[in-house]
Amino acid sequence: MTAGLQIVLRGLCFRPNGRTVLAGLDATITSPGITAIIGPNGAGKSVTLRMIDGLLQPDSGTVRFGPRPPESIRRSFVFQRPGLIRASVARNIALALLPLRLPRAEAERRVATALARVGLADRADDSAQKLSGGEQQRLALARVWVTDPELLLLDEPTASLDPGATEAIECLVHSMAKAGTKIVLVSHNIGQVARLARDVLVLCQGRVVEHGATGQILTMPRTPEARAFLKAEMPWQCFAAAS
Amino acid sequence: MQSLGDAFSMLGALDHDVMAIAWLSLRVSLSAVLLGSLVAIPLGALLAIVTFPGRPLVVAVVNAFMGLPPVLVGLIVYLLLSRSGPLGALGLLFSPGAMIVAQTVLAIPLLAALTRQIVEDAHRELDEQLRSLRLDVWQRIRVLVFHLRFSLVVAVLAAFGRAISEVGAVLVVGGNIDGYTRTMTTAISLETQKGDLPLAIALGILLIAIVLVVNGTASAMRAYTMRLYP
Repeated sequence: MTAGLQIVLRGLCFRPNGRTVLAGLDATITSPGITAIIGPNGAGKSVTLRMIDGLLQPDSGTVRFGPRPPESIRRSFVFQRPGLIRASVARNIALALLPLRLPRAEAERRVATALARVGLADRADDSAQKLSGGEQQRLALARVWVTDPELLLLDEPTASLDPGATEAIECLVHSMAKAGTKIVLVSHNIGQVARLARDVLVLCQGRVVEHGATGQILTMPRTPEARAFLKAEMPWQCFAAAS
Repeated sequence: MQSLGDAFSMLGALDHDVMAIAWLSLRVSLSAVLLGSLVAIPLGALLAIVTFPGRPLVVAVVNAFMGLPPVLVGLIVYLLLSRSGPLGALGLLFSPGAMIVAQTVLAIPLLAALTRQIVEDAHRELDEQLRSLRLDVWQRIRVLVFHLRFSLVVAVLAAFGRAISEVGAVLVVGGNIDGYTRTMTTAISLETQKGDLPLAIALGILLIAIVLVVNGTASAMRAYTMRLYP
């Protein structure tokens, strides 16, 4: 379904209020599965993710998806905070179906399927606010799953979760990727990146300083910026000099 | 003290005139708040989530109109509904319909301004989430209003309080016609001037009781539903 989905970022610049966030960012993501974006705070990771989604527009530069027009790509976004409304679990999921204007029966069927996928089928009528942090983030994943996205953008989805809840989210993300959804993940959790991602982009000061296979980036970063970042994240790790 | 005793006697006996006046007041004010809510809540929410040149000025004007003098609103609605006015053909002047129109005009800026403030605060939190779900502007408004329904109850109650307690607008456009457009506030004003204090006091007590019951009922419903969806 998503074979061949390309994300091509060319010369992205973003300077809100004169502060440079992206400084001519270039990247081409063609791999299936999960691509991680890592880098220090303020590197422009979340902004890049928002530009891929279309939530933010660059001052200059382009976001393209190969030959396909951006509006034809079914994109979804999961934020660090799940952004739930004061309503039942099922109603929060149904929000995502509003733009599709589906018949009620079809919408209910899709909501039930999404809830079952994330293990919240028995909580459908509960208040979303009464769920635990991990359950709320699973609900956020169900809400994007219900629209069957081709491209899923995750901005630190497990940043405030305990290890058990993090594992549950990672399992779901992994199964979505296996089902064919292209996923771009921003994370500060290097272990999570190692577990999930097929390839990694390292951002520093609004540019991509390195892009490669996860194993290579995490063990043999080629650029001093990537090495410095990973050394700060994993001080116990000795990085081999790239040949 | 004699007047107070007579007032309680009238209330205890469910005096027909008192009850008819109270029912008309309630009907007019509730209708005005309902109509005002249908217009002002979507408008206030729209003002909260869209940006356009001159928006701060529009917000300032809406906020300022919260303090519109009722008698001035009455005058404007009078001019609109009078026989030679643009809406004169409707034949509403000096009828409960005209009073509903006047109180709706009074309620709209208050409801719109409070809704704008309530929605704007929540919108900052949920804006990216709702846009990422590809909801259009009206869908976002629907979702935000639903999300904030418990807070918006307070705005609706404030509008009801303003409507049921005002006297100037309904006096000008209703004419205070006995048995037809006489509300609790216009009756209190008239009976006090006439010296019929027991009726004025009875209506005053009833007015306070109605406001307390409406607010109490709404607050209880709000508390109950908030327990379900905290």
